[in-house]
Amino acid sequence: MLVPVGHEGASGVPERFSNPGLPPHVPRSADLDEGAARRAEKQVATLFGVSMVATLIFLVAYFTIDVGTNQFIPGIGLANLSNIVLGLTLAVSLLCIGLGAVHWAKTLMPDTEVAEDRHPQRSSDEARSEAVATLAAGGDASQLARRPLIKYSLGGALGLFALPLVVQLAGGLGPLPKADLSTTFWRKGMRLMRDPGMTPIKASDVTLGSVFHVLPEGIDKSEHVLEEKAKASVILISLEPALIQVPKERAWGHEGIVAYSKICSHVGCPVGLYEQQTHHLLCPCHQSTFDVTKDCEVIFGPAKRPLPQLEITVDAEGYLVAASPFREPVGPSFWERG
Amino acid sequence: MNALGSHRRHPAAIVIVLLLGLVATGGLYSLLAPRPAQAAVASTDQVAEGAKLFLANCASCHGINGKGGKAGAGPNLVGVGAAAVDFQVGTGRMPLSGPSVQPARGKVLFTDAQIAAMGAYVATIGPGPSVPDSQYTKGDGNSARGNELFKVNCAMCHNFVGSGGALTRGKYAPTLRNVSGKHIYEAMVTGPQSMPVFNDQNIAPTDKNDIVTYLQEINKSKNPGGLSLGNLGPVSEGMFVWVFGLTLMIGAAVWLGSKAA
Repeated sequence: MLVPVGHEGASGVPERFSNPGLPPHVPRSADLDEGAARRAEKQVATLFGVSMVATLIFLVAYFTIDVGTNQFIPGIGLANLSNIVLGLTLAVSLLCIGLGAVHWAKTLMPDTEVAEDRHPQRSSDEARSEAVATLAAGGDASQLARRPLIKYSLGGALGLFALPLVVQLAGGLGPLPKADLSTTFWRKGMRLMRDPGMTPIKASDVTLGSVFHVLPEGIDKSEHVLEEKAKASVILISLEPALIQVPKERAWGHEGIVAYSKICSHVGCPVGLYEQQTHHLLCPCHQSTFDVTKDCEVIFGPAKRPLPQLEITVDAEGYLVAASPFREPVGPSFWERG
Repeated sequence: MNALGSHRRHPAAIVIVLLLGLVATGGLYSLLAPRPAQAAVASTDQVAEGAKLFLANCASCHGINGKGGKAGAGPNLVGVGAAAVDFQVGTGRMPLSGPSVQPARGKVLFTDAQIAAMGAYVATIGPGPSVPDSQYTKGDGNSARGNELFKVNCAMCHNFVGSGGALTRGKYAPTLRNVSGKHIYEAMVTGPQSMPVFNDQNIAPTDKNDIVTYLQEINKSKNPGGLSLGNLGPVSEGMFVWVFGLTLMIGAAVWLGSKAA
């Protein structure tokens, strides 16, 4: 920075910086040379012209290209010609209007720097005292200070009137969830059904290394199928019984076949990626990883709780059934659960 | 200072050096990467020929009897069946060219007859799933039902249109694009690598054909929205926007803020 002579302090640093003001104005080539200005004018007009051409192509393409036409386009592959042409022409048309306007402003519109001074905002003393007097006169005329009965009853009426607004707002948030978050469609004795076929599963069908995606019997006939599916989805995995390290897991399963909630305890994505060799169950959303041999303990990722296990057994015909509903809420945390 | 040295502080220098490094590493790897040894023996009897091929190509890892090698070597092949051989060798995953997290699809090194012979031999070690009947792998089923089954059973790992996806520690679910119906079927019944088994009691053969039908439909599908970016979902799309969209925005901001000449 340039330091004006006579303002330097003891250590060479100025005591007070003076306002350097605006840098000197540098005229552009279009300001000095009429030829350059005409060139800029032509460039702006060309950009607007390109925009017009693109718009016209858009209109023609809209009516002439069949929406079913597919065309090989280098770099994209086989793509819908109509979508590509309409999108490109519309983009070029709007972009060129913008480019032209900016080029116009930068080359031809005045670019001299202008400083505008700030003015004080305070009103004059007479105006201020007059305003205070008007307010005070109004207060006296209403007799609010003299008649407290009116003052307090008005306050009560206005205050109470706020309640209907608040009540409507709170009531509009919907009914309370009741036990919906803690319970699922599963009941004791319900058969485990294949998703999406809804056929029962024999224990002997679940061979080693198999994974079945399971829904409870009768869920397809429930009132809110999607809401129920979002809580009741279960993944059925067949493990070598000797690999299971938690006695409770083995007891709640059936000869190495274990059933776990498919709803991630982090934010409720379907945990469906099962690695057969490592026995890890993976959530596709945030990579929470559960170890199926350790009662679905979390070994990686943001989930905090293991997946809840569904206790299963077989019925008289050899089909897998739930021995009990889920013993704990499935899915992510909620307020009452903590 | 020479001409090259004078440019070493140029802003593009770091990018160029990085690019050169990457190209050199990739080039050297492709030259020096381990390649599978090739050996093939012919014989008249299928199982006997299969046994010979097995001894020459597979036994070093899977053991002389196919019951698995030492710890860390190839797995036990008892009960994997001819379907597993047809899948692993027929997609070029086996024989393994070198130790890796997961064998990748590669060049098929054996003829169909040789693969069938090895399959016949491995099936004699212990009964397992056989190569599926072609009527269930043709892909002439119901693609809508196939899509439903695919969404429930396959899409979480293999992506909604079969583009594949990542698993843990470098493992991955491979892409299902342009994989033959036979290999799709065999992968379901054998559960190769990290994949679990989807036996015929879980997904019936006709249902498997529906899944094959859906995947073949996907292979033929167009890109109505233009550039598909590999159909990988938010990762590649977000990357594209960050790299190109943001560059464009910054370029526009710089241009708007600069003074005209």
